[in-house]
Amino acid sequence: MRLELLKTLNEERAARRAAVLITDTQSGEQRLVKGADIAGDVLAEQLDAALRMGKSRSVEVDGRAYFLTVQVPPVRILCVGAVHISQALAPMAKLAGFDLTILDPRTAFATPERFPDVKVIAQWPQDALPDLRIDRYTGVCLLTHDPKIDDPALIAALRAECFYIGALGSRKTHAKRVERMMAEGFNEADLARIHAPIGLDIGSVSPAEIAVAVLGEIIAALRKKPLRAEPQA
Amino acid sequence: MLASDDDILSQAEVWKGSGKGVAIATVIDTWGSAPRPVGSHLVIDEDGNFLGSVSGGCVEGAVVAEAAEVIADGKPRTIEFGVADETAWRVGLSCGGRIRVFVERVD
Repeated sequence: MRLELLKTLNEERAARRAAVLITDTQSGEQRLVKGADIAGDVLAEQLDAALRMGKSRSVEVDGRAYFLTVQVPPVRILCVGAVHISQALAPMAKLAGFDLTILDPRTAFATPERFPDVKVIAQWPQDALPDLRIDRYTGVCLLTHDPKIDDPALIAALRAECFYIGALGSRKTHAKRVERMMAEGFNEADLARIHAPIGLDIGSVSPAEIAVAVLGEIIAALRKKPLRAEPQA
Repeated sequence: MLASDDDILSQAEVWKGSGKGVAIATVIDTWGSAPRPVGSHLVIDEDGNFLGSVSGGCVEGAVVAEAAEVIADGKPRTIEFGVADETAWRVGLSCGGRIRVFVERVD
């Protein structure tokens, strides 16, 4: 591997950007494709599939064997709202391998006692978000029912092109949310990315059952649908 | 302590930056109960220092030896370890799996 390729690979990883290193295992020839450039690559189909699975793999194209070293940033989940659903979602997300953070300015809710072994931030989203640096590989769940808390996080999540945005609340609540976001300058396509009501439709009743529906929806968004085009770095 | 992939490839860059010969070994195929997944890395410097893992210990010695040759001649190569393989009886995977490892020099 050329040192320059190794450097780029390490830089992209540090910046939480996706990249795939393509190695011709017979000749040793290599090239690096950044996440942003995958759509236009001759191996776009293979690269996209490998990226969505987040796994390195061997592929054969036109009789040539290639190895794809896939680098995908670890997925994070941000739960806005230290509520019952979050209490159930936190351990489930951890089991599934996601790094989860809870954000809620209401100090009575955001306590370590209610969330043992979970990263809990008792701040307003507008204060905490700059440091959290949410990105494409962050899923955001809005669970407070309170626009004062949910909306700033929603605006940030839409701008950061998070792969998953889910919002709790009835269709009526969501219609009002859509109006507020329109007033913020977002268009219909932006707002169509919000999963609302949150969670897969599996008839969940209890907070834990809703957490299962939310986690399932996050996994589907991550693995099934093609990721949106990555902004140019 | 287990090194993450972050540490491993960054270490390769650090070693190379300090003027050492460096090779990167990558698991490119596995069959059966291979202990480390496809994409796992082991990086080796010219003095035989290494970081990472391609098999959880069974064949690291052989890969490090192969890496020394790759660092010397610069030719990338693919080596296979498994129970059906003659070498495997010497450095074999006790778990009964098979793996293919691609070893390349950092230039």
